[in-house]
Amino acid sequence: MSRATSFVKTYFLWELLQGMRVTLRNLFVRKVTLNYPEEKAPQSPRFRGLHALRRYPNGEERCIACKLCEAVCPALAITIESTTAADGTRRTSRYDIDLFKCIYCGFCEEACPVDAVVETRIHEYHMERRGENIMTKDKLLAVGDRYEPMIAADKAADAIYR
Amino acid sequence: MEGLINWATAFWEGLPPALQTVTVTSLQIGLIMVPLILCVAYLTYAERKIIGFIQNRVGPTRVGYRGLLQPFADVGKLLLKEIVVPTNANRYLFVIAPLLSIVPAFATWAVIPFNDRFVLADINAGLLYVLALTSIGVYGIILAGWATNSKYAFLGAMRSAAQIVAYEIAMGFALVGVLMASGSLNLGEIVRAQEGTIFTWFWLPLLPLFIVFFVSGVAETNRAPFDVAEGESEIVAGFHVEYSGMAFAVFFLAEYANMILVSALTATLFLGGWHSPFAGMPVLGDTFLAEPSFFWFALKVSLFLFVFLWLRATFPRYRYDQIMRLGWKVFIPVTLIWIAVEAGMFLLEIGPWAN
Repeated sequence: MSRATSFVKTYFLWELLQGMRVTLRNLFVRKVTLNYPEEKAPQSPRFRGLHALRRYPNGEERCIACKLCEAVCPALAITIESTTAADGTRRTSRYDIDLFKCIYCGFCEEACPVDAVVETRIHEYHMERRGENIMTKDKLLAVGDRYEPMIAADKAADAIYR
Repeated sequence: MEGLINWATAFWEGLPPALQTVTVTSLQIGLIMVPLILCVAYLTYAERKIIGFIQNRVGPTRVGYRGLLQPFADVGKLLLKEIVVPTNANRYLFVIAPLLSIVPAFATWAVIPFNDRFVLADINAGLLYVLALTSIGVYGIILAGWATNSKYAFLGAMRSAAQIVAYEIAMGFALVGVLMASGSLNLGEIVRAQEGTIFTWFWLPLLPLFIVFFVSGVAETNRAPFDVAEGESEIVAGFHVEYSGMAFAVFFLAEYANMILVSALTATLFLGGWHSPFAGMPVLGDTFLAEPSFFWFALKVSLFLFVFLWLRATFPRYRYDQIMRLGWKVFIPVTLIWIAVEAGMFLLEIGPWAN
């Protein structure tokens, strides 16, 4: 660009006006905002939200305390203690997930040989008091019981890709 | 009813003349101030909406219909917040600083003519009054920065002071051009001098001065892209870093009142104030649209306010030395050259003022 053109462009604010044209055009573009509580973005069946422990249809816990999830957890968020149950099977006596440590990577779900620990679609949860960040076995099972239809449907939807 | 009116008239005429003047003037001040503060409130709303739209968002939508009550929610929140005065701050100056910035921002409105008849103080040195008061406005910022006794605030104040001094000169020179063209310091007379078509308004013959004046106005109000005094990414919030609650709200109010003021001044000085853009046009020239009225003044002010927001949404912040360069090495020469050109036009009798 010659010095003359540059001079003229500078003093007629040419490039500034070009920039302002861009912003003015965007003033009339369709807006992309979702009005969150009323409108929500679509979710995948693979969504990794709050954890849950599942049961078999007969009510028996799936978890066999193999501790693969504990071992694979990169954030060391899972703590498991196991005992032998009355029927002689190995069961967890303690199964804690610290939601503050958890990075929601989904490795526990991948590692589980019996599809016991899963991550559900639930992402709208909160804690009000200290300690509520620890998901104990009871809480995890409660989540699993409550959302079993959803979890099963998501598993089924994803099964064809595995 | 009749008796009541008679009694009221008698009561009014029985009052001493001084009291009558004070009452009328106070009512007029209220008539200007209340809509002005409402305008400031809704300017913040407009800013959030327009900048949101430019960024493909929708802006506030929650409080009231389409977020229309948002300004009142903001005011309510700020009223309830505590005003913290830092231990090492100069308490007196710290409290007086917001007032020093808001008083000039409102007081200048006394000389702005809203239409052919209504102006609070029709003084002959209106333009000088405007210059004087806008210069006082900078004290609010400098004192706030100084009284806070914090390095961020002090840096913000220093930047603001240097910037305002630099741009005040360019602004003054642009006003000299208007003064030469209109031959009066009275803002009402300046508007009357622009009577005629849209092309006799001063924006066309004084185009460089018009642009310089408006851009200087943006710099003077410390608005983006000249907002180094606040510069939230460098010096947190600049001069008002330690202000909270209503003290902050007063600064905020002053900034937005100044924006409206600069827009009103630009509309008055360069865009023919209350004159209609359709006046003297072949088709619409004799309809009601060609009537000069307050409506046209408000429309022009809104236009400039939109440009303020548009600029903020478009441009990144100027670097401090670039601001200084623009002020001293571009604007001042440009205005000086155009004043010389204007003088030449006077001698050769070219331009709307030729007859």
